[in-house]
Amino acid sequence: MRFLFKTEYDQDIRIAKHSGYVWSYGALLIVVIVAPFLFDEYYVGQLTHLYIMAIAGVGLMLLSGYTGLISLGHAAFFGIGAYTEAVLTGKGLSLPFMEEPIVFSFFLSFPLAGILAGIAGIAIGIPALRLVGIYLAMATFAFAIIIEEVFSRWESVTNGYTGLIVEAIEFGDMDLTDGRPFYFLSLAVLIAVILFSLNLLRSPTGRAMMAIRDSEISAQSMGINLARTKTTAFALSAGITGLAGALFAHKLGFLSPESFTVLQSLELLVLVVVGGIGSLHGAVFGAIFVLSLPQGLAILKDYLPVQIAETPGVEPLLFGLILVWLIIFEPFGIYGRWLKIKHYFQMFPLYKKSTFKRQKSYMKSERLR
Amino acid sequence: MTFFKAENLAINFGGVKAVDGVNFEINKGECFTIIGPNGAGKTTIFNLISRIYDSTDGSMEFDGQDITNVPPHEIAGLGIARTFQNIELFEHASVLQNLLVGRHCHSKTSLFAETLFLPSVRKAELAHREKVEEIIDFLDLQHYRDSLIMNLPYGVRKVVELGRALCTEPKLILLDEPSSGLNVEETRDMAFWIEDIKRDLGITVLMVEHDMGLVSEVSDRVLVLNYGRMLAHGSPQEVQNDPEVIKAYLGG
Repeated sequence: MRFLFKTEYDQDIRIAKHSGYVWSYGALLIVVIVAPFLFDEYYVGQLTHLYIMAIAGVGLMLLSGYTGLISLGHAAFFGIGAYTEAVLTGKGLSLPFMEEPIVFSFFLSFPLAGILAGIAGIAIGIPALRLVGIYLAMATFAFAIIIEEVFSRWESVTNGYTGLIVEAIEFGDMDLTDGRPFYFLSLAVLIAVILFSLNLLRSPTGRAMMAIRDSEISAQSMGINLARTKTTAFALSAGITGLAGALFAHKLGFLSPESFTVLQSLELLVLVVVGGIGSLHGAVFGAIFVLSLPQGLAILKDYLPVQIAETPGVEPLLFGLILVWLIIFEPFGIYGRWLKIKHYFQMFPLYKKSTFKRQKSYMKSERLR
Repeated sequence: MTFFKAENLAINFGGVKAVDGVNFEINKGECFTIIGPNGAGKTTIFNLISRIYDSTDGSMEFDGQDITNVPPHEIAGLGIARTFQNIELFEHASVLQNLLVGRHCHSKTSLFAETLFLPSVRKAELAHREKVEEIIDFLDLQHYRDSLIMNLPYGVRKVVELGRALCTEPKLILLDEPSSGLNVEETRDMAFWIEDIKRDLGITVLMVEHDMGLVSEVSDRVLVLNYGRMLAHGSPQEVQNDPEVIKAYLGG
């Protein structure tokens, strides 16, 4: 067991609360840096995909996990980021008064993809200010359907269902969007996004977001501007998801509207809920879950009797069962389970099961909703 | 000296006149209590002052400023803080975080500086923390600093909510039934704290309360409401002996 003696207020502000953080996350950092040199290309690609999903997960976590606004339309922001990146680095931006379209370098187009998605986030965030819960989910869902339609119909830009080839990014004589360089690029973006979120969450805006999640009315009475904070959350969340989309465009190499359907939005929501709503760890755990479960099931199929394995629909069935099981027994997701395991070893041998027993919440009858 | 003034304050919900032409003035440094039977419109007056509801008629003035149309999130910055009848804390956050949210109206850091956690943000955070620690000492909350609200008993939550309101450094504090759900001992503590808030911190107190023991102990003046109208007005003893008040409470 570790006893933490606090002698200054800064200890509560630091990201690394004690030396254990430095050791464990340092070790993790070494593992992820060494990983691409140990595994073959396929696994490096899978890990890159994992980081991209985790970035999008962090984006949605800020909105749904920390501000408590459920979005069923994050595929739209993901897609906006992806298409912006593909168009700006591919055929370039062409405006009526220009002779030649401007083709952007990656280092400009990448932030622009995030900014454009962020602006789209504000555009949906402002009309959605008065909506909460299931109604907000429906509004964002509708928004995602509209954007999906835009991707397929705005053929002069997106090429519609014919698809759009995403150009590889050359940096020196290195292909930045493939193999190890792309792995490190995605990893760097993921780490940057997580640090950015951690900073946000330990400062007034992050606390305001969490306050809105738990009680809008008292947040307002404490001087929090609901409209501004919610719009900020939408913009940041959409922007980060847009960045993930831009990386995803290069990962796919070929964009079509089918990559950004409602199913993608649902997958992102499943990612944050299964990972553990309300924690940044959850975004990463969720990405691991969403990517590895279908693969795990495919491997598991080899060990099942042929009659069962060959039945159509076994994989979605198992996926669904595991999902339901997780939601029932672990409402705080994989991160919740992780905390329990960590606690078990920290308290060993004194762990009590009741430590994590959920208490009934007090009734809130005075809610002005 | 008039510190807060409500003039002809009224609000209708459809055909229901929840508050109907209420006038009162609060002097600086006093404890003013609103009492009345259930549904008399006491909490509605609180919601009007904290601008959660828009009044249908009348005006409010606080510290020489008209606050009838101020947006709700600016009320805290003007110096009016409140607690809620059914505790509205941030359940999934620690006591410390809850109290720090109380400092929100005093934070001026920009989003950009926050995402990079520039030294200016750290400095501001440390300053907020020092202020929060003063309140923690004042209310004896040292033991609970890092506990999550959802794991705390009701009585402690009540104190944390009072603390959160105090963290905004208010000039006027609105307490909505500070003793509801508290046992005898906790109610005693609450009475002492209200006295201290008034005397040591120099904060004017406006409260809604049912416990007449607490009311007569701490309040300087009492306003009695019934069906949104003013029934009586005066010192706790005067009000308790008023025949109209007795009639409203006991019927007849």
